[in-house]
Amino acid sequence: MSEVAQFSELSLYDYSPYDERPKLVWPNGARLAFWVAPNIEFYELDPPSNPHRKPWPHPYPPVPGYSIRDYGNRVGHQRQMALLDKYGVRGSISLSAALCEHHPEIIALCAERNWEFFSHGIYNTRYTYGLTEDQEREMIEDAMDTIERAVGQRPAGYLAPALSHSNHTIDLFAEAGGLYTCDLFHDDQPTWVNTRSGKPFVSIPYSLELNDTIAYVVQKREPRRYGESIRRAFDQLYAEGADSGTVMCIPTHNYQVSCPHRLRAFEEALEYITGHSDVWVTTGREIAEYVIDYGRQQLQGSAVVPSR
Amino acid sequence: MSDELLTYAQRHYGMDHDRYRWSMLQDRDPVVWPDNKPLALWINLSVQHFPLSGEKPVVAPPGALTMPYPDLRHYTLRDYGNRVGIFRLLTLMERYQAAPSVAISGALAERYPRLMERLAATGYEWLGHGWNMLCMHAGEIDVAIESEWIARTREVLEAFTDRSLKGWLSPGRSQTANTPELLVRNGFSYQCDWVNDELPYPFKTQEGDMTCLPSCLELDDVFVLTQNLHSEDSFVQQVTDAADWLIEEGQAQGGRLLALNFHPWLVGQPHRISAVEKILEALLVTRRDDIWHAPPSAIIDAAIDPIG
Repeated sequence: MSEVAQFSELSLYDYSPYDERPKLVWPNGARLAFWVAPNIEFYELDPPSNPHRKPWPHPYPPVPGYSIRDYGNRVGHQRQMALLDKYGVRGSISLSAALCEHHPEIIALCAERNWEFFSHGIYNTRYTYGLTEDQEREMIEDAMDTIERAVGQRPAGYLAPALSHSNHTIDLFAEAGGLYTCDLFHDDQPTWVNTRSGKPFVSIPYSLELNDTIAYVVQKREPRRYGESIRRAFDQLYAEGADSGTVMCIPTHNYQVSCPHRLRAFEEALEYITGHSDVWVTTGREIAEYVIDYGRQQLQGSAVVPSR
Repeated sequence: MSDELLTYAQRHYGMDHDRYRWSMLQDRDPVVWPDNKPLALWINLSVQHFPLSGEKPVVAPPGALTMPYPDLRHYTLRDYGNRVGIFRLLTLMERYQAAPSVAISGALAERYPRLMERLAATGYEWLGHGWNMLCMHAGEIDVAIESEWIARTREVLEAFTDRSLKGWLSPGRSQTANTPELLVRNGFSYQCDWVNDELPYPFKTQEGDMTCLPSCLELDDVFVLTQNLHSEDSFVQQVTDAADWLIEEGQAQGGRLLALNFHPWLVGQPHRISAVEKILEALLVTRRDDIWHAPPSAIIDAAIDPIG
């Protein structure tokens, strides 16, 4: 077995210029499909070391990194959930599947709200890196089976754990019965994804740029500026949505957005977005199912938003 | 190697370690603070010694010296806190009749006895804060050495105060696998390193239980101002946004805790000290009806042990 990766240019989707696409029509003529994707994650205190990526920068026990993420589940989750309830948003959870076993109370709270659960691997301290194709299939199916056992529905979406991928990740997830990926950041509209099985499979925009961890940890935004960024993104996508439907996603983390000094800014953004009339407040799965069906009806499956 | 990546020894209900029980803040019996105030405020001043020695600890604490020996630039900037900055903070604390705790590097007791006498005269609660900022409780430190750091810190600080130390804050909130046991063995009854909650909770060690009083990294002045590079005005706004959010939550759900940590070498600078003044004015004057401000031991005593 060679340790050298096989490099190739990306062929998961076709090129499609934004200004040459047919109109995408959302249900009830909405301009924009809006979804919030809370990442509900479990990070292990003592994960096995992975030669390709170190789970923690800090030697064991990684108290600083571990404890703030635990804060997300102990303190932050219900805070964010109450806010989403207030604005009528059902979360589409990017779920570390093992959390079904560690913290079933969180799963129950989300399930009774009819939130969507999609797969984010087993733990966010376990990566795709270093797995053979068979092992990655086992991990993907384990996560889907675990979530299905806990909530009674097989996940439709996948965000690979800690955004760690192989060249087989999306093919394997489609073959395991998935409908959509959140791992591609190439567009503000859904697009068909070419998989080796040829099953209908789409990419749903999941904005890494508006992801709270990217905003707060990487870009180091002030909370109010993050809220302003969300509103500006909405204004732009809502305006463009008058011509053809757009998607806006806010990916969140219970240990970032749910800190008390950040919630007001997030609330103002949610209030602003849900205060507009032509917004389809929905989930990742509902968008994926709609565009797959829409694509079949309108475009004979060539592309949801095709150029050809 | 690869089999280990798909083996999950701790995949079961609750935490993946035995330090504390899993529970969500919102599911516990409500905490009632004195006078039924919705929010308790803990202010800590971290009084630190950064040695000039060019040694590199296994983990660098925030504020660590970075230049080749002798790093006069950072050494003197940190020392500024103990010569000038702390007195600006004490002036403000006294003006607002605040009751902060002071977490002190043990080495300062030997270096600056006059500072110790001044801090003892305030009557503020003292916490052990490690021997110095190079003695990092991280990784594979020999148990005897780590124990000596803790024992010596207690011994030299207690020579200046007639009250025995109960609390501990590790440099950089970092711990080894042995730190909690060593703290209990050396007579400490609470530690503040795990930032995973917003209320005190029981923390298990092989030497008996202690309390974790979670400090808050996300609103720590060093984190906001030097790691995130936010403005002083944004810092003030983040603190007041947090207080307002927690007051509202505390009124509806039960007592909440806001934990602030100031570093004399940072916010004691003349261009930053007004931010602390604005924070004290906003919390201890404007919001005085809703905030119970108390030393950490009093906060621990008032919090009904909510999760047993």
